Amino acid sequence: MTRISRPAALDVERVRADFPILGLTVAGKPLVYLDNAASSQMPQPVIDRLVRYRTTQHANIHRAVHHLSETATSEYEAARKKLQRFINAREAREVIFTSGTTDGINLVAQGWGRRFVGAGDEIVLTVLEHHSNIVPWQMLAEERGATIRVVPIDDAGELLTDAYEALFSDRTRIVALGHVSNALGSINPVRRMVAFAHSRGVPVLVDGAQAAPHLAVDVQELDCDFYAFSGHKMCGPTGIGVLYGRAALLEAMQPFKGGGDMIHTVTFEKTTYAPIPHKFEAGTPPIAAAIGLGAAVDYLSALGMPAIAAHEHALLRDATERLQELPGVRILGTARDKAAVLSFVLEGIHPHDVGTLLNEEGVAVRTGHHCAQPLMNRLGVAATSRASFAFYNTLAEVDALVAGIRAVQKVFG
Amino acid sequence: MTADPKSLYQEVILDHNRKPRNYGSLEHPSHQAEGLNPLCGDHIHVALELAGDTVAAIAFRGESCAICKASASMMTVAVKGRTQSDARTLAREFVDMATGRLAAGDAAHIGRLAVFSGISELPMRVKCAILPWHTLQAAFDAVATTSTEADADPMDAPIGDA
Repeated sequence: MTRISRPAALDVERVRADFPILGLTVAGKPLVYLDNAASSQMPQPVIDRLVRYRTTQHANIHRAVHHLSETATSEYEAARKKLQRFINAREAREVIFTSGTTDGINLVAQGWGRRFVGAGDEIVLTVLEHHSNIVPWQMLAEERGATIRVVPIDDAGELLTDAYEALFSDRTRIVALGHVSNALGSINPVRRMVAFAHSRGVPVLVDGAQAAPHLAVDVQELDCDFYAFSGHKMCGPTGIGVLYGRAALLEAMQPFKGGGDMIHTVTFEKTTYAPIPHKFEAGTPPIAAAIGLGAAVDYLSALGMPAIAAHEHALLRDATERLQELPGVRILGTARDKAAVLSFVLEGIHPHDVGTLLNEEGVAVRTGHHCAQPLMNRLGVAATSRASFAFYNTLAEVDALVAGIRAVQKVFG
Repeated sequence: MTADPKSLYQEVILDHNRKPRNYGSLEHPSHQAEGLNPLCGDHIHVALELAGDTVAAIAFRGESCAICKASASMMTVAVKGRTQSDARTLAREFVDMATGRLAAGDAAHIGRLAVFSGISELPMRVKCAILPWHTLQAAFDAVATTSTEADADPMDAPIGDA
């Protein structure tokens, strides 16, 4: 028998003390923040790191020889190394700082796609995708005369992997799929799907926006070619994200944006580009945000991603059981492997009314189509309410969600 | 000071949501339009029959939140039997009230629709209340579809303004 080592349990009250915003009251009630899939909150060590940078370390990077510029440069590059370790990339130069997941996907769609996708070629996406992993590919397909093929799901929200494999043809050029569905929480079998794509010689981009904050991500183990994620969903600042890319692929790509910091030499006759990652980081980057994201992954790593995942899983299990017991509540997304995202609809009550009234109970959830309209169409709903948990949420907050839902149902009689 | 949104979900609005008046279609509409809120996917269809200049019949259908549905239901009750010009005046007053440009007490024709005045405190929900009125205006103007976004955004281009 294999011995499974249990992660050290999370001391959630101690963790919560690190997040000043969690002490707020909303509508006279303690804030119950369950919109973490949209954006997570920032712990004091990350806030402090941003303050320290701004008060003692700021200058432009990769340019001047003076003290501050050297400090800012080394802190920025140190943050890159932290991110490299966080996702277990082979080399730091495979980590490109972007403004977020959307930026990273656009970078690949334009920088890789325009070079390697042509008329009649095919791009494979899934019906679970966030609009940010659909629209950049549609723009590319339209420009190049390529076609989008879509992997379907079953009613539980799991990808149909047989259908996925059947979608491949000799025109398949790239697969772009989410690691974790933002609307349903399904964790997709990325490693197996990557292995299949590679057996056909097709590279895979993974949208990791909803996975990086909740799972231990290892890009070498997944063997994916690109992995994009956002800082603000994992306790970091907005305006910063990461695109991981396999070095050989990044080197073969066109730069996406031209400007300073991404060049080797410039003359009016010819410009040569800087090596990766700088080739893709034109202009002055959000230096403070990158350093803040470095502090955020330090924070997450100190808690331990396995402990985070275990705590969130306990919250998901409890919330799922409690909501299943409530009459008039239907949960959407019942995949066997799920992250702590709970989408639901209340019979006869529109999600926007649910959201407004839950806010009156201090409970913050997201309501709407979750930037996943094709998925909503597949599920036959216009919108859902979504509670998404982070490691700083508690079982008592699940109680508050349940009580809030009862209160909404009471208003509607 | 923010209004208590619960006060918005009072009995008259909940009642119109539960039992929407004039819900359905007209057999021979002289004017109709489809209104969409692309941000939330809500859509509403308004059809009416003008007899001379008077709204002789009006109906709506669609899929939307309680605020939108109640607003549509109360709108149909309010404009039925009115002249087109009176209905347009009422639409303008409603939008001005919902967007906080006009206090309910200063709206001469608003009547029972004053129950929606609290919506101006909920910026994310204002469009829900406005959508039916915006769609009514589009029907009068023979615009087949309208939207709460882009050029047609009633927040930027209030309906009824000349």
